[in-house]
Amino acid sequence: MRRQLEGSRAVAEAVARCRPEVVCAYPISPQTHIIEAIGAMVRTGAIERCEFVNVESEFAAMSVSIGASAAGARAYTATASQGLLYMAEAVYNAAGLGLPIVMTLANRALGAPINIWNDHSDAMSVRDSGWIQLFAEDNQEAVDLHIQAFRLAEELSLPVMVCMDGFILTHAMEEVDLPSQAQVDDFLPPYSPRQVLDPADPLSIGAMVGPEAYTEVRYLAHLRQLDALEAIPRIGTEFAAAFGRDSGGLVHPYRTEGADTVLVAMGSVLGTIKDVVDDQRDVGIPVGVVGITAFRPFPFAAVRAACQGAERIVVVEKAFSLGFGGVLSSDVTMAGAAPHHLVHSVIAGLGGRPITKAAIASLIERARRGEVGSLSFLDLDEDLIAGELARMAAERRSGPVAENLLRDLASAPHRSRETGRA
Amino acid sequence: MIPVPTPVRFYQVGSFAVGNRLLDPDQRTVQADTARTNSLDSGHRACQGCGEALGARYVLDTAMRASDNKVVAVNATGCLEVFSTPYPESSWRLAWIHSLFGNAPAVATGIAAAMRAKGRLDVRVVAQGGDGGTVDIGFGTLSGMFERNDDVLYVCYDNEAYMNTGVQRSGATPPAARTATTEAVGPAPGNPFGQGKDLPRIAMAHEISYVATATVADLHDLEAKTIRAMAHRGARYLHVLVPCPLGWGAASKDTIRLARLAKETGLFPVFEAEHGEVVSVAKIRHKTPVVEYLKAQRRYAHLFKGDHQDVIDQLQALADRNVGRYGLVDPTSADAPQLTED
Ligand SMILES: Cc1ncc(C[n+]2csc(CCOP(=O)(O)OP(=O)(O)O)c2C)c(N)n1
Ligand code: SF4
Ligand SMILES: [Mg+2]
Repeated sequence: MRRQLEGSRAVAEAVARCRPEVVCAYPISPQTHIIEAIGAMVRTGAIERCEFVNVESEFAAMSVSIGASAAGARAYTATASQGLLYMAEAVYNAAGLGLPIVMTLANRALGAPINIWNDHSDAMSVRDSGWIQLFAEDNQEAVDLHIQAFRLAEELSLPVMVCMDGFILTHAMEEVDLPSQAQVDDFLPPYSPRQVLDPADPLSIGAMVGPEAYTEVRYLAHLRQLDALEAIPRIGTEFAAAFGRDSGGLVHPYRTEGADTVLVAMGSVLGTIKDVVDDQRDVGIPVGVVGITAFRPFPFAAVRAACQGAERIVVVEKAFSLGFGGVLSSDVTMAGAAPHHLVHSVIAGLGGRPITKAAIASLIERARRGEVGSLSFLDLDEDLIAGELARMAAERRSGPVAENLLRDLASAPHRSRETGRA
Repeated sequence: MIPVPTPVRFYQVGSFAVGNRLLDPDQRTVQADTARTNSLDSGHRACQGCGEALGARYVLDTAMRASDNKVVAVNATGCLEVFSTPYPESSWRLAWIHSLFGNAPAVATGIAAAMRAKGRLDVRVVAQGGDGGTVDIGFGTLSGMFERNDDVLYVCYDNEAYMNTGVQRSGATPPAARTATTEAVGPAPGNPFGQGKDLPRIAMAHEISYVATATVADLHDLEAKTIRAMAHRGARYLHVLVPCPLGWGAASKDTIRLARLAKETGLFPVFEAEHGEVVSVAKIRHKTPVVEYLKAQRRYAHLFKGDHQDVIDQLQALADRNVGRYGLVDPTSADAPQLTED
């Protein structure tokens, strides 16, 4: 049924139709609306046979999910940003134990400085944890990915994180086609665990493993990630057959035929980029875009195939590794999608800074003229940076950087963000 | 259900033997029964005389008996977890999971929630950890589990330090005790006075239905308290003093004796509380001076080199405060065996 819904509400309804048995909640923006809605549905009985646990921290939220999942229950939770960092130890543990927990990550920047707006730094912080990480492009895909996530997680016995851009998606009202309970029931069988805590058939889970087998345990976990490279598109195809729309899969190429320049990105920014691609194609400029849905496992072959023939690849990424550069672009480079020096990393949209069509159009233009380096920052306010560097050079006790920048911005309102820089 | 045993009188004064043979069959311990489950089976790698291994065996076999063998156990990281499951061996003969150091209470909450969702209220959840895992790193998740009154029995095996990592100070380490991070050096050797957490009382402040302390010196009492804890639903807390020969610098053969001295000096009060109120106290017939307890342990050896009577007096004052607070001493008490030197 098509309905006009807030992204969070849509995801909550989708999760409800997946019949979770234990849902843990700890509030953090921009994830709150999702768990609030699920909590209400458990109370009214709209979700049956489900325990909704208000925990005292995200560390507990993931730990309760671990216990529930190990006891054979379908477990779900949601978090963002600082919450994900706070639960990090348990995030790794859930993956190491092979527990098919599904978690929504309402992507948000990491502090300090504290910032509630969207980027992908939180997801990147646990990219090596062994979780499958899927990125939704819009709210419809967020709904669909959650339904697929439970299938995927339980089939492989691996946890799945569905990443959706905080505020941009979680708080956006959009028309969404919500599948019926019967449709979801047909698609998602009851959870049949690979390992379960059962007094009738006791086993030990979580034993200590030394050098004699640790590598093998990790290797097997890697193999299961590789299995996901096969399972994700297969489940996506089945989903398309059952629900009548394409969602999920590994990558989404868009107008890449004959493109000399291919942009690569994840999440909601793909909508903006597609609009720009359409504009440019209209005037005969051969550009395309590849959206990456599966970030972990990283679909090397699919990325390589999708970018085939491009002269240059411009990765627009909402996170970066300090002292290193782009994370996604480094993976794309590893995929061998283009000669190394022609993968350009463009860091954009950090802490919620809008990525405008104008900025993307200008980026494409400069890239095609060979004016974009291997690492650059979209819309960087050079004056602001120069001011702070000068202050730091001038005095030892120059004070906290973030507060200095805010003061500079306040005293120079003509440079406020809204005026828009290329 | 096992009947709650009436307090056992021991006639062999001067001996610590439990003397099951002298008891009526219905008063004997679960452990004395050949049908016990051996939840923590032999062959594990605990040190000789490990109080924690002893305590866990009694608690879990009793919990198994009380639940028709339907226990799921959660273990925090620590000695108990490490010595019981070096890959690929496991000593656990019950459904058991170890996740992390600080999350055992929350994992237990998750299992209890799963069982509730599935309508499996016959399955009972027991979580366990050392004092570090309980009073320090796991404190947040434990308090959350208490506060929500989740259906979990949490058992703390208190050996008064982080033993698994090599005897470092925890929030349950007593004053003056030497640990690897409170060395017996400097002007105030050992662990400082005026610090530390009294978790049984903090648990009581959550007003959960059952809180009890016990030691491995009185295993009848430990079993009886486990049975009573299992008879309650919701969050329950059992705090068991378990001497650690390695960490305390004590002889393996002294584990039971030290646990008994901890109780008989008043340093470790043994009591039960329901809904935040103390309902029973294990009495001391003859209060033993703390020095008897201290001198048998190398972690206090510095107190007996040079004149540290003032420190010993301070420790005596702590014991006396417990005696006053819980009304521990009762010269007419018949239940407590008289302690004699051996
Ligand atoms: C997050 C985390 N911090 C530290 C450790 C290291 N660690 C493992 S066991 C342990 C000590 C456990 O002490 P306690 O809980 O008192 O149990 P015991 O070994 O004394 O029985 C420590 C510090 C860990 N495993 N995880
Ligand atoms: S160090 Fe202490 S607690 Fe650990 S196994 Fe040895 S005696 Fe037991
Ligand atoms: Mg300890």
